Amino acid sequence: MENIIEIKGLHFAYDADDGEKKPVEVLRGIDLDIKKGEFVAVLGHNGCGKSTLAKHLNAILLPTEGTVTVDGIDTKDEDRLFELRQRAGMVFQNPDNQIVSSIVEEDVAFALENLGVPYEEMRRRVDESLKAVGMYDYRLHSPSQLSGGQKQRVAIAGIIAMQPKCIILDEPTAMLDPQGRKEVLATIHRMNREQGITIVLITHYMDEAADCDRVVVMDKGRIVLDNVPEKVFSQVEKLKAIGLDVPQVTELAWELRRAGCDISHEIISEEECVAAIERLFGG
Amino acid sequence: MLRDITIGQYFPGDSIIHRLDPRFKIVMTILYIVMLFTGDNYICLGVGAVYTFGAILLSRIPLKMFLRSVKPLLPFLIITAAINLMFMNSGDVLWQWKFIKITDGGLNTSVFMVIRIVLLIMGSSLLTYTTSPITLTDAIERLLSPLRKIKFPVHELAMMMSIALRFIPTLIEETDKIMSAQKARGAEIDTGSFTTRAKNLISILVPLFISAFRRADELATAMECRCYHGGEGRTRLRQLRSAPRDYTALAVTVLFLAAVIVLGRLF
Repeated sequence: MENIIEIKGLHFAYDADDGEKKPVEVLRGIDLDIKKGEFVAVLGHNGCGKSTLAKHLNAILLPTEGTVTVDGIDTKDEDRLFELRQRAGMVFQNPDNQIVSSIVEEDVAFALENLGVPYEEMRRRVDESLKAVGMYDYRLHSPSQLSGGQKQRVAIAGIIAMQPKCIILDEPTAMLDPQGRKEVLATIHRMNREQGITIVLITHYMDEAADCDRVVVMDKGRIVLDNVPEKVFSQVEKLKAIGLDVPQVTELAWELRRAGCDISHEIISEEECVAAIERLFGG
Repeated sequence: MLRDITIGQYFPGDSIIHRLDPRFKIVMTILYIVMLFTGDNYICLGVGAVYTFGAILLSRIPLKMFLRSVKPLLPFLIITAAINLMFMNSGDVLWQWKFIKITDGGLNTSVFMVIRIVLLIMGSSLLTYTTSPITLTDAIERLLSPLRKIKFPVHELAMMMSIALRFIPTLIEETDKIMSAQKARGAEIDTGSFTTRAKNLISILVPLFISAFRRADELATAMECRCYHGGEGRTRLRQLRSAPRDYTALAVTVLFLAAVIVLGRLF
């Protein structure tokens, strides 16, 4: 399959603002290709550069060195900036700080208004997006009346109204309660499955990553692991060394293996774990 | 406690006044103010009163609410009345004490002024009572849009207004949280003299401002991500369409204004 995101030799450094002239390197050589329709989780400890990486995908930040290409558009190409941002939408952590309007449906329309989409089409796309995230009944509410999970779904609707090919979500569930997390994750997975939108999910929740097609683990501005979830989580020691946990079931299986049980080390879901343990005792 | 604050004092409803095009409502409010200030006899004021109470009746908002809108301006009303009473010296002297003289002309003027101001407040409250702040902002943007030709930042101002409206509930909630957090750390916010309380307010304002700046930064990034680039070439989801009823209402208002002008000449 065709690549939608291509990152080559990406370096990025902030200028230090404490008087020192030495820039602070955040990304130190990232090479990453993401295929169309893929659901990729980017994992990493705080400060590993995963949010900085996300901001490169729609030209909020530009590389110090290297190139980022999204759907054939170089992020450095200023003439195609809006085209790029339309194709690669971004959802942030705090739902309160990305909702612009006091009425839900107007917020969803915000990007379309900016792009100058004619009224009839705007109306249709706003309604479709709200239905897609299950917030159509709330279209005339004020965002302040909604729960965190609902607000985040409105933010997602605002992005899918642009009909993007790719959505980058920067820790979208970090500020939500468990119910809100569930709602948001279900919505993202549905977008990926039903509309074929490529998803880049930045997170530090291991169980969120376990449901993805592919997991990219970052540490100190570099990619250290990049594989399917089963393979990534089987490297329990390596993950622990960079300060990450593994899903509970994976850890259980790992501990059992260490204790001498014959159990697979590629367990990431509860069902698999239950089945494996049953086999262990039954067989 | 803070959650009770209402903004813009909007009373949602579905009356004919609520449904009028907000642009027309603003223009009519301006005409209404002109109406009240051109007529300088009681007949004109009576016509103005008929217009005011007619509109209030149509809005189906209890009269009580309008009287409440006058309340905060009561001191202002009393001062206006007192000044007119003391310094308008025309007609017969009714009462005198040292240099203060009260004449029937002065009494007349002060009563007239009070009625005029009360009508003015009640009539303009009708605009904010029946129009949500966001619609009002929208209407102001469209009415002022010709000023864009002289480089007046109409869109930017309207955007600032609507973002402010959007963030008022968020910041109120945040203030509540900060107050609780500071109280939990032993800050005394509700007690002490005025100056101590003012000083203690700093412990709330500083975190609130820092958080507001951080929010502004994130919001700006989110807006950029959604292709915001100013008012150039923007289309709108909210369409303001004028209906026949808007023109009817405007015509009625103009008629009232004309009546007031004519009656002012006649008497």
